[in-house]
Amino acid sequence: MKTIHVTTTVNGDTVEYLCDPRETMLDVLRDRLNLTGAKEGCGTGDCGACSVTVDDRLVCSCLMLGVEAEGKTITTVEGIADGENLHPLQKKFIEYAALQCGICTPGILVAAKSLLEKNPDPTESEVRYWLAGNLCRCTGYDKIIRAVMDTAADMREAS
Amino acid sequence: MQYHSPNSFEDAAALALAATGTTRFLAGGTDVLVQLRADIITPDTVIDIKNIPGTQNITCNADGSWTLGVATPGAEMREHAGLGQDWPGLVEAMDLIGSTQVQGRATLVGNLCNGSPAADSVPAMATAGVELSITNAQGTRRVPVMDIPAGPGRTHLTQGDVISAVHIPARGERGGDAYLRFIPRTEMDIAVVGCAVNLRLDTAGVITEASVSLGAVAPTVLVLDDAADTLIGSTLDDASLDRLAEAASAACNPISDKRGTIEFRTHVAGVLAKRAAKIAYARAQGVTK
Ligand SMILES: Cc1cc2nc3c(=O)[nH]c(=O)nc-3n(C[C@H](O)[C@H](O)[C@H](O)COP(=O)(O)OP(=O)(O)OC[C@H]3O[C@@H](n4cnc5c(N)ncnc54)[C@H](O)[C@@H]3O)c2cc1C
Ligand code: FES
Ligand code: FES
Repeated sequence: MKTIHVTTTVNGDTVEYLCDPRETMLDVLRDRLNLTGAKEGCGTGDCGACSVTVDDRLVCSCLMLGVEAEGKTITTVEGIADGENLHPLQKKFIEYAALQCGICTPGILVAAKSLLEKNPDPTESEVRYWLAGNLCRCTGYDKIIRAVMDTAADMREAS
Repeated sequence: MQYHSPNSFEDAAALALAATGTTRFLAGGTDVLVQLRADIITPDTVIDIKNIPGTQNITCNADGSWTLGVATPGAEMREHAGLGQDWPGLVEAMDLIGSTQVQGRATLVGNLCNGSPAADSVPAMATAGVELSITNAQGTRRVPVMDIPAGPGRTHLTQGDVISAVHIPARGERGGDAYLRFIPRTEMDIAVVGCAVNLRLDTAGVITEASVSLGAVAPTVLVLDDAADTLIGSTLDDASLDRLAEAASAACNPISDKRGTIEFRTHVAGVLAKRAAKIAYARAQGVTK
């Protein structure tokens, strides 16, 4: 199988890898770039655990080929914190205990951050619809939604 | 699996023509990747069309018509200021597809070419009068959207054909469209029935042009000329709405499955047709967006 050379930007760093054209972006992130934040829940676009942004657009990395990343800018959950400083969403998720097993959390953080960048003042139903593609088997969603709403309020106040 | 990323539709068509085995174009990949991962279809050749210039562009032409690049994702359509003003039904139909993440990639053309009878954007494209450019070794021709579906999972495209642009007509005066679907949940599900209606009114509110389309009730999306005829000349009074519902139900040829019986789908087709017609009518009057 012929592998393809890809140059892309992940969390601000230029990275290069060789990959089989069948490999998904999720596989590349986890197995080649050692970024295991994005999780595989379903592999079919249903659960959102693999969420990343590509050129600022929220996507499922399980539904993208690794070769498609050529020349793109990708952000994963590993790129959300600023060094040791957690992102306000991350702090709020801890405060609200908006996670249990944590499998869904990286995807939800990436998705919620992308929402707040587009819409700093979402209604609860906007948050719920935006996150409808992020499944959580543990929390019952309520804490997640409240954590996102509260982060949005804090961030609006701070800015 | 060979992966190609050509810079022109001519090259994409030539690659597809020369390929042996199973070929897939890669737009958003939200069908191609799912099928690949589930070992349903492992293509021998994948031709990514996203690096062809203009494939992500939304252009409003001088005559009010729209040209969309074939890799424009639903999210771009929804965020576009003007497109949804002109064609709210089409934009809503596309927006119903999957989650935010799926919207980041899924396209109209992929939805059409995947060939699902339940594809949400197809009834809305059909009623809006959308046309497609198809490029192959002979050149580029333009066809109506309903020339493409052939049956579940099948299209009338032949080897070496690639869809190279989406053309949406000018909205024009006093027009409105709408799309509704029934699903058992509120989000993230496949249509049990989908219905699109597009209307134009005269200054007195009488319907002069109508188009009605149903999804998920037959092997392909249906365009219902009989149902449209029931609306023309009316002001969407109760009698014409009842005739519309009857005609919509009569056109159904659905299957029964765990998500809906034949009887249920047939009934719901009529109900959705009425509701979609009311929304389209209000939009055509300029009452709502
Ligand atoms: C979680 C999830 C939820 C979904 N929910 C819905 C839903 O609610 N409603 C719905 O209708 N669909 C749904 N889908 C299916 C899918 O998202 C849509 O059909 C989508 O519009 C496909 O577009 P795409 O660009 O991703 O297509 P791709 O996967 O890139 O391509 C699909 C097909 O189109 C062909 N193709 C693509 N571009 C061209 C071209 N330019 N010329 C010729 N052929 C081409 C490909 O060869 C392939 O056969 C869902 C999918 C997922 C994963
Ligand atoms: S692993 Fe990608 S959506 Fe579930
Ligand atoms: S915390 Fe376990 S899946 Fe969400």
